Amino acid sequence: MPDGTTGTGIGAAVKRVEDFRFLTGKGNYTDDINRPGQSYAYILRSPHAHAKITSIDSSAAKAAAGVLAVFTGEDMQVGSLPCGWQIHSKDGSPMLEPEHPPLAKGKVRYVGDQVAVVIADTYSQAKDAAESIVVNYEVLPAAVSMSDALTDKSLVHDDIGSNLCFDWEIGDEAAVDEAMSKAAHITKIDLVNNRLVPNAMEPRAAVGEFDAATGEYTLYTTSQNPHVIRLLMGAFVLSIPEHKLRVVAPDVGGGFGSKIYHYAEEAIVTWAAPKIGRPIKWVADRSEAFISDAHGRDQINHAELALDANGKFLALKVQTQANMGAYLSTFAPCVPTYLSATLLAGTYTTPAIHANVKAIFTNTVPVDAYRGAGRPESTYLIERIVDQAARETGIDKVEIRRRNFIPADAFPYQTPVALQYDSGDYEATLSSATKIADVAGFAARKAEAASRGKLRGMGYSTYLEACGIAPSAVVGSLGARAGLYESAEVRVHPTGSVTVFTGTHSHGQGHETTFAQLVSDRLGLPMENIEISHGDTNKVQFGMGTYGSRSLAVGGEALIRAVDKIIDKAKKIAAHVLEASADDIEFKDGNFTVAGTDRSMAFGEVALTAYVPHNFPHDELEPGLDEKAFYDPANFTYPGGCHICEVEIDPETGVTEVIKFTAVDDVGRVINPMIVEGQVHGGVAQGIGQALLEYAAYDDSGQLVTGSFMDYTMPRADNFPKFDVTTEGTLCTHNTLGVKGVGEVGAIGSPPAVINAVIDALWDRGVRDMSMPATPEKVWSALQAAE
Amino acid sequence: MYEFEHHKPASVADAASAMKGADDGKLLAGGQTMIPTLKQRLASPSDLVDLGGIAELKGISVSGGTVTIGAMTNHAAVAASADIKSALPALAELADHIGDAQVRNRGTIGGSVANNDPAADYPAACLALGATIHTSQRDIAADDFFTGLFETALEEDEIITKISFPVANKAAYVKFPNPASRYALVGVFVADGPAGTRVAVTGAGQDGVFRVPEMESALSGNFSADAIANVKVSADNLNADIHASADYRAHLITVMAKRAVAKI
Repeated sequence: MPDGTTGTGIGAAVKRVEDFRFLTGKGNYTDDINRPGQSYAYILRSPHAHAKITSIDSSAAKAAAGVLAVFTGEDMQVGSLPCGWQIHSKDGSPMLEPEHPPLAKGKVRYVGDQVAVVIADTYSQAKDAAESIVVNYEVLPAAVSMSDALTDKSLVHDDIGSNLCFDWEIGDEAAVDEAMSKAAHITKIDLVNNRLVPNAMEPRAAVGEFDAATGEYTLYTTSQNPHVIRLLMGAFVLSIPEHKLRVVAPDVGGGFGSKIYHYAEEAIVTWAAPKIGRPIKWVADRSEAFISDAHGRDQINHAELALDANGKFLALKVQTQANMGAYLSTFAPCVPTYLSATLLAGTYTTPAIHANVKAIFTNTVPVDAYRGAGRPESTYLIERIVDQAARETGIDKVEIRRRNFIPADAFPYQTPVALQYDSGDYEATLSSATKIADVAGFAARKAEAASRGKLRGMGYSTYLEACGIAPSAVVGSLGARAGLYESAEVRVHPTGSVTVFTGTHSHGQGHETTFAQLVSDRLGLPMENIEISHGDTNKVQFGMGTYGSRSLAVGGEALIRAVDKIIDKAKKIAAHVLEASADDIEFKDGNFTVAGTDRSMAFGEVALTAYVPHNFPHDELEPGLDEKAFYDPANFTYPGGCHICEVEIDPETGVTEVIKFTAVDDVGRVINPMIVEGQVHGGVAQGIGQALLEYAAYDDSGQLVTGSFMDYTMPRADNFPKFDVTTEGTLCTHNTLGVKGVGEVGAIGSPPAVINAVIDALWDRGVRDMSMPATPEKVWSALQAAE
Repeated sequence: MYEFEHHKPASVADAASAMKGADDGKLLAGGQTMIPTLKQRLASPSDLVDLGGIAELKGISVSGGTVTIGAMTNHAAVAASADIKSALPALAELADHIGDAQVRNRGTIGGSVANNDPAADYPAACLALGATIHTSQRDIAADDFFTGLFETALEEDEIITKISFPVANKAAYVKFPNPASRYALVGVFVADGPAGTRVAVTGAGQDGVFRVPEMESALSGNFSADAIANVKVSADNLNADIHASADYRAHLITVMAKRAVAKI
């Protein structure tokens, strides 16, 4: 039962309060915002992966009907789009950080790179005029694959002299080599973590506006973190001080990481608005999204796992190539390093780990964090090589995991790759998942499938991730150029209703419900008396936004701390009115009571007293009831668990069907189980998408072959069975809520479970490896090759 | 899209004359290919002649062993037709698996056949069943109609009015959908009827829909899945793309053909 008497507190499956407006078409998305006098921008993009711009003639476009202005990189002399994280190579040198102009200057570096902007009365006029811009390109050889790029035959950025952005390492290489030399067995694996296109349902959009009377700029944008955009664009690109720049991220239709970053189009419409004296709207169409939203994943890994004669892991050595694309997107450098290599212990006691990561520029769309961001890559690596080791040593794949789990009594647990896990119980989640997945009945199901000519397989992933991003001091020492705390303000109005201002941003996660439940729980208020406000830098004090499953663990904790300040002050007010000591005031179910008496005040009466302070402790307190808190976490949070996938393969066609998917996730305390289940569903869908369906394919010339839904396989409902999703486990030890985060676990844990199941199904037919996505043709070809 | 002149004639004759009067006119049927093409600015017709207002182009009739479908009849109507389900269930089932519900409610048989997309479903049915394509000018046998990739025997300004299918005693269609677009990567329509024993393949051929004579002769003697299980189709002249190599498509043709025969 939920705490308290509201029925809407912590643990209650409250229906999402935001859904009414979303489901009835009443959401207010960026493209729904239309400002008086608004004009429209069309971005002319590079058709080439790599080319010198020898000339641009936009005279015809400027003269075309309705056109207000045409700007190119030469016109837009502003700062470079900044990177928010600096990595140092193992030799101590800083990463190579090329200039990233919002409009290309002299050279284009990927298909989709911005070449010019046309601004007109209507979108069609802008698009028509753009066709008359004559751009002369001298096409250059493109560095499309990472292996091509590493030869430096064709430099993506001539001025930095290399396509190698950084060459980074973590861990004790000598200890790893020592352990390898004594190992009874070494398992080796080569993996590709496929490139993905985020494809949020709402394409990116931006409206830029300038008020000549006040000198204030406003940017409405599809962002997961409006304050971050204000900081990056204001301070680094356009030199607009914060008090003259308002950034609004209204309803946003999905982000998955792709809407964290500061994009060129935001800077372009904001910069150009005063130049033409009118607001400017830009909206991406779907084809444009494919070639302009930052892509995800795209790593190549080689890993070696050393084991002793009993199957205990002795050491793990990893070499990774990580594709950065053509420019450094906002968080790109931290994804393969501090969000990935630091997770290489996984759920295991591997005592020595070393990873080397080479980050590489290529003539492709910039690559950055995408749901899971680095953690899916390390999880895929660990859970694949563990399965492989089990096969090679003849130890059962569940048993080998059990032998190497960090035991439940070993927390806090210091890994050899920087992180200290605070809590977890991997045996418990494995054990539960095994029961739910009916592992015991698998052999019979496999035999039944075989009688129909089908191949069944079962795959495991006993994963762990680090989220709740992040302790500022830690990430600062690792190269973050920002702090990663969060803030909240709880404004109690005179009649006792509450508005919460949170620095996190909800773009599908249901914060307006979950955060309101926290307030409902703590203050004993009904949900309808609580409003959650987010996404406007002129309303919200500050915030770092939503990504890395941080909103509840960091933003929720900030909110709780602000609520506690409210309760504290309210007790003092009640004590004054009730003529008691504040220490004797108890707060329960929305009432302040003098302990042991029937003298009490309702929350609303205290609020009114705070704003109509006729009888008020003026010597001790200020009037009003409005408190803020900034919260910087002491550690990351460490959700983990067990995913078990059961597949059935049709060997005649190579089609893989996911028959059953079981997820038992330890996400800490659950505030709203329905929302948590939905988050896991979405993440698992994206994980199965990565494992079986999705990949961004470039041809040799750098054209994105999978540039539309005709070729890029987005998962659909009929690709999935009904998922069995449950949560159980331990509490986070370093926040008062005990929450860990749930936004990414589905996407992190599931891909290796799926591929391990595919390999398991194909094993008896002689197939020994499978890469993502395991498309029908790939599976069929593997079966042919194995015959 | 670019600007164009929009016409909505009420008769086939008016549609034909609107086309004659246009510099570069295009016919608009259900628009499931044309509208996305226009939106992506891949076509810039001077005039669009919308066939949606011509009552005589809609409707389904079954008589004398022939199923006749008006060119502007949408896929959902074919799929739901009790008459077709009874006379030629394979055709109703084919229509029921074209695209998604939105496509089936807009897309038309005439539009699909006239467009002759190499991955469309209807051309396989036309060829396998020996259909006749009736136009504003003449009747064309399906055998003579599909002339290549997006190419047909239709003249400029010639408008498909209806398509008639002789009812076959045996007919089935099975497709392997492209995982992304869900168009036919390989679709095989097998039939045994007035036009003989036929196997027509869509989705796989570089020149669009084609027949497989080796399978047809194997099935003529023994209409069973086993009869064609070992008939291999050459990968020459088959499509290859990121979803399927020519070899994989060739393999799938045999698998889909077997499954189609087994369904009957």
